[in-house]
Amino acid sequence: MDVLLFRLVLVLILLATGGFIVYMIKQDKSVYKWAYRLLFAGFLCHTLFIAQQYYILGVAPVLTMKAALSFFSWTIVGVYLIFHLKFRLMVLGSFIAPLAACLMIISSTIPGADVQIKPIFRSVWLTVHVGTIFVGNGLFAMTFVAAIMYLIQESQIKKKRLGSLYSRLPSLESLDSINYYALMYGFPFLTIGMITGAIYAHYALGSYWQWDPKEVWSLITWLFYAALLHERLAVGWRGRRAAIMAIVAFLILIFTFVGASLWLSDYHSFRSLGGQAGG
Amino acid sequence: MIKIVNIGMNHETAPVALRECLAQEPSNTGRALAAMRELACIKEGLFLSTCNRVEAILTTEEASEAKRSVIALLCRIGDVREETLSSTLFVFEDMDAVRHIFRVASSLDSMVVGEPQILGQIKDAYYEATKEKTSGVILNRLMHRAFHVAKRVRTETGVSDAAVSVSYAAVELAKKIFHDLQGKRVLLVGAGEMAELAARHLLRQGVGSIRVANRTFHRAVQMAKIFQGSPVSYGEIGAQLLEVDIVISSTASPEYVITHEQVKGSLRKRRNRPLFFIDIAVPRDVEPGVNDLDNVYVYDIDDLKGVIQINVAQRQAEAVKAERIVEEEVIQFEKWLKTLEVVPTIISLKDKAESIRQVELRRSLTGLADLTPSQVEMIERLTLSITEKIINDPILVLKGKADRPTRDMYLDVARRLFKLDEDDEEEHGHGPP
Repeated sequence: MDVLLFRLVLVLILLATGGFIVYMIKQDKSVYKWAYRLLFAGFLCHTLFIAQQYYILGVAPVLTMKAALSFFSWTIVGVYLIFHLKFRLMVLGSFIAPLAACLMIISSTIPGADVQIKPIFRSVWLTVHVGTIFVGNGLFAMTFVAAIMYLIQESQIKKKRLGSLYSRLPSLESLDSINYYALMYGFPFLTIGMITGAIYAHYALGSYWQWDPKEVWSLITWLFYAALLHERLAVGWRGRRAAIMAIVAFLILIFTFVGASLWLSDYHSFRSLGGQAGG
Repeated sequence: MIKIVNIGMNHETAPVALRECLAQEPSNTGRALAAMRELACIKEGLFLSTCNRVEAILTTEEASEAKRSVIALLCRIGDVREETLSSTLFVFEDMDAVRHIFRVASSLDSMVVGEPQILGQIKDAYYEATKEKTSGVILNRLMHRAFHVAKRVRTETGVSDAAVSVSYAAVELAKKIFHDLQGKRVLLVGAGEMAELAARHLLRQGVGSIRVANRTFHRAVQMAKIFQGSPVSYGEIGAQLLEVDIVISSTASPEYVITHEQVKGSLRKRRNRPLFFIDIAVPRDVEPGVNDLDNVYVYDIDDLKGVIQINVAQRQAEAVKAERIVEEEVIQFEKWLKTLEVVPTIISLKDKAESIRQVELRRSLTGLADLTPSQVEMIERLTLSITEKIINDPILVLKGKADRPTRDMYLDVARRLFKLDEDDEEEHGHGPP
């Protein structure tokens, strides 16, 4: 059942991505509508899948790389759907959907592993810790995508080479404000996620902070986003510089997410979390 | 015989000053329509008035008289003398008029080919005409076909895909930078036709305020009045850079009016809000290095021309397609119009058959008093189908000849064979059409 559901999610997201790419090229609104519906359907199935996993495991399904990537993909699509309500930028989907699809493809190639749930995992603090961190990650993925779109559009306008992407991409102002809003909401989530993580660590491991590599890299990521937010709010950074910074910060975030979890980390690694084969 | 006539002026035939006279008052359309309704020689009428064109479209049976009265009407509305007006007017008749309207609706006749506003303006004009009840069978059909043509041109060709005038291109760029121009502040440095045009375009997009700087302050005050903006002195430009979002510059100054230093110094105080310079002056007013600053975009006249050059080439290929669509639709419309011309004959043929049937039926039924109602109904049905069958083939022949050159001959023969014209005279009391 859960394998079937996972496959269904994968197929729906891939179809939606195809639709979004066709829309990008052909600029046909009806294609867009279908892509959006497919993505929405995929998101609903994905929600169902995650709810079911949560019910089985008793904890947010992020303990293996496979599950974490799928969860990440889910938050990205979720954030996109919410942002769509505010900004209504159709072309955003053409950039977000491939990213979500990419994560799902990687997730699907990792063989599933049996997870042994240690009793300490069954804590509300862990669920809150993981949930908020991932919502933050989803929002930061949005800043990343908007930043890439911004840089493409900005360089076209600046260099006065208005190619076919020029008419397809939204205005600089809307891209910058997407970047800004995603950062504004993403940062508190990341912060809450780190605080709840520390509280959980205090309960589970007896100390708030252990200089685990993932913790250190998370702190570095947090500092980057804090710096970006500060520059935006206090100094009035915007546009190209803010976009580049958002991209750099997101790359660090990805490194923290993948690299630190796979190779560097101690108790944050998927290996120690219980996903032996997938780890 | 009904003619479709189209009289008007557009950006090619009339200078802006004259167009302004006619297009100023929004209530003009209503006045014109009411006046057209009063004129006996005009059957249906529609009045279109935008900043680039003023046109009357009408159907009439007395073309020359209708034209005379419409021209007189235009003179009255614009308060201009007939001599000044008549040289700037174009007059189209029949299929030329139809083609013209289709082209206008599809924005092929616009100053900026492909601009989207015109269709909405025509729809408004048509709405006014239906409200004033001046549009009838032909104009209703004509306008609906025009909307259909416009839609086909928009969806089947790329004519409306990109901007092809400098000021329009500048506005498009501004939208790609600021998204929404609502409330944005514009600084106009120096005067010139193109700068004014760009400012007008921006105003139409809803920019918040326009400030005007000029080397002679007196001129700045004058210009500011036109745009309902505020004049600023030439020395204030630096201070204005802190507040405005778009700068349109077109001075005759041989040196740079806006320097790299000046803009760079203002950026931090602006909190890096984007700043868009449209430099239409030759030699340039804005130092080219300004474009290298973050969140600042400088487009000079060559850049803008470069932008539209790609678009123009694209559009020319697309316009050929669009003209073909218009031509197709004109032919379609002509066909329909011609069926309309055989319609009166067909109707009088049917009327005649029906009146014969009624008379004979009445005569016979008085002699057959003891029939049951169902038998009466049977006889009625019988007579009806006989008369219908008899006139069916002639009607089909007439419809088939609707768009043939021999049509008039067939109509004539039909009217004589069935003696339709004399019937008309006896029964309804008006002469042959």
